[in-house]
Amino acid sequence: MDGLDRAIINALQGGFPISERPFADAASELGIDQTELIGRLSRLVDDGVLSRFGPLFNAERMGGAATLAAMSVPKADFDRVAAIVNARPEVAHNYERNHRLNMWFVLTTDCAEATAPVVQAIEAETGLSVLVMPKIAEYRLDLRLEA
Amino acid sequence: MDVTETDRRLLAGIADGLPLVERPYRRVGDDLGLSEAEVIARLRALIGAGMVRRLGIVVRHHELGYRANAMAVWDVPDDRIQEAGRLLAAEPDVTLCYRRDRRPPEWPYNLFAMVHGRCRRLVQMRVAQLSDLPSLAGLPNAVLFSRRRFKQRGARYAPLAEVA
Repeated sequence: MDGLDRAIINALQGGFPISERPFADAASELGIDQTELIGRLSRLVDDGVLSRFGPLFNAERMGGAATLAAMSVPKADFDRVAAIVNARPEVAHNYERNHRLNMWFVLTTDCAEATAPVVQAIEAETGLSVLVMPKIAEYRLDLRLEA
Repeated sequence: MDVTETDRRLLAGIADGLPLVERPYRRVGDDLGLSEAEVIARLRALIGAGMVRRLGIVVRHHELGYRANAMAVWDVPDDRIQEAGRLLAAEPDVTLCYRRDRRPPEWPYNLFAMVHGRCRRLVQMRVAQLSDLPSLAGLPNAVLFSRRRFKQRGARYAPLAEVA
């Protein structure tokens, strides 16, 4: 990544034009042409620096639900449990963390009522309990970081 | 606003990303049987109504060089949590900040923030700094670093199944 890549990332985390030629509009703000912008974005997506070039949805406002959940998984059992959890299409991401509660994942469902059955299924399949921590208030969610 | 069936198809059509072509909204419309003008109008409305938070780049923090990513948590009295949340949300290296239910006795914490930095030591120092903020000083807290990431897809739009 060079300075122009960073400038592109910093600028386009803040929004992208909704116009007939948005790449041309965004490129002119950056002082480059759209071919260069499109080429660099393609490379950043291919290299995995960008999770995606597209929308950040507000699932809750659309009626969906996203819930954080945690489990305390014995070391020897970790891979088996991770495979069960990761196989669920509702699991958006899953991390091992350094705490007694060592597996943390986010469940996204079409509605809040659909969360409980997914949790029960994971508990039944793994034999472990799942702590669910629903969101009460959101102070920030923009996933923006300076490049 | 009401989300129409057309909106759902449109959101499903762009969920994985916008086409990287000169006129991406025309391309999206071609695939869905909508005009470019309709796509532009609906997307503007969906962003205006907050259904779509924003459009553009969503980074992978690790690949961007933020190799240490901590979930920092505090147990904040209910009457101070809003102030504390707003203070944390204003920090540039905090990308997410939520209030969540506590789950005592296993989990006494109710304020969650994702803090990102180049290395663990740096993030530990930042969390120590944040813990000195007026509404957080002296409160029980913990820092959970990620050891492994098993799965990361974007926070996708949930009702995709309805249009699949």
